[in-house]
Amino acid sequence: MPKIVWWKWTSILILLYVVCAGFLGPVPRLHIVNESIRNTYFHVPMWFGMIFLLGASVWHSILYLRQGNPEHDRFSHACVQAGILFGVLGLITGMLWAHYTWGAAWSNDPKQTASAIGLLIYFGYGVLRGSLQEGKERARISAVYSIFAFAIFIPLIWILPRFTDSLHPGNGGNPAFGKYDMNNDMRLVFYPAVIGWTLLGFWLANIWYRIGKLQDKTTSL
Amino acid sequence: MIQKHLLRVLSMLTLFLLPLLSMAQTAGPEMADGMRSNGKIYIVLACVLLVLFGMIAFLLILENRLSRLEKENKA
Repeated sequence: MPKIVWWKWTSILILLYVVCAGFLGPVPRLHIVNESIRNTYFHVPMWFGMIFLLGASVWHSILYLRQGNPEHDRFSHACVQAGILFGVLGLITGMLWAHYTWGAAWSNDPKQTASAIGLLIYFGYGVLRGSLQEGKERARISAVYSIFAFAIFIPLIWILPRFTDSLHPGNGGNPAFGKYDMNNDMRLVFYPAVIGWTLLGFWLANIWYRIGKLQDKTTSL
Repeated sequence: MIQKHLLRVLSMLTLFLLPLLSMAQTAGPEMADGMRSNGKIYIVLACVLLVLFGMIAFLLILENRLSRLEKENKA
């Protein structure tokens, strides 16, 4: 057994519980979504995890700008990488789910479009960072970009879609998650699912960060 | 004459039955109850768990190798 920190074990245990309870547990019987309501345990936590990861990136960007420690820059970058992975998975799983419940994989739903734009912004982060020479300048520019990207990303995917009509629950007159399409049986799986998937995201970010650190060490030798 | 009346009454009665018929069709949202009763859902669960186990095992091996490399680099 490898020695890993407790929260990595926690993520494994929670995810095993989420998969078992997610497939076997009781869910409300609803038209149109039917059994696909169980996607709530797998599609939605991708976005929650992504937001936590990108938020952590902002936090470490601020720490970098204040303290100038390159470790913060490295971790901030790793968080964005894992966040992009979660966002892309969220987008693809959302398209698959939409194909069977909304009738089309892409229906230009405001939340769909906004999250696609948001992900493009973060792809820009990768391109910008990759085109700069390693050093303080790259770290500073990445940190500032990460903060500004997050500041536009959150209104894009969370706030603006609520002002218009959206197919997503909880937007533009549609009932929110809490209203009727999620009961307490589901919350018992959904909240652990968010925690478990988020922890897994941080695990991936942590591995990315450590590999980057090793890489820098070997190239500087 | 009586036959015609009878036909009309009968057809009226069947018309009253129509909503019952449509109600029977929408007794409730369709769920995968069959999969649960014949136990096939457990096969799906087993597959997903296997995939998850594989991914976690891979991650743990990765952790092992990474920490070994980190140790070597410190020394």
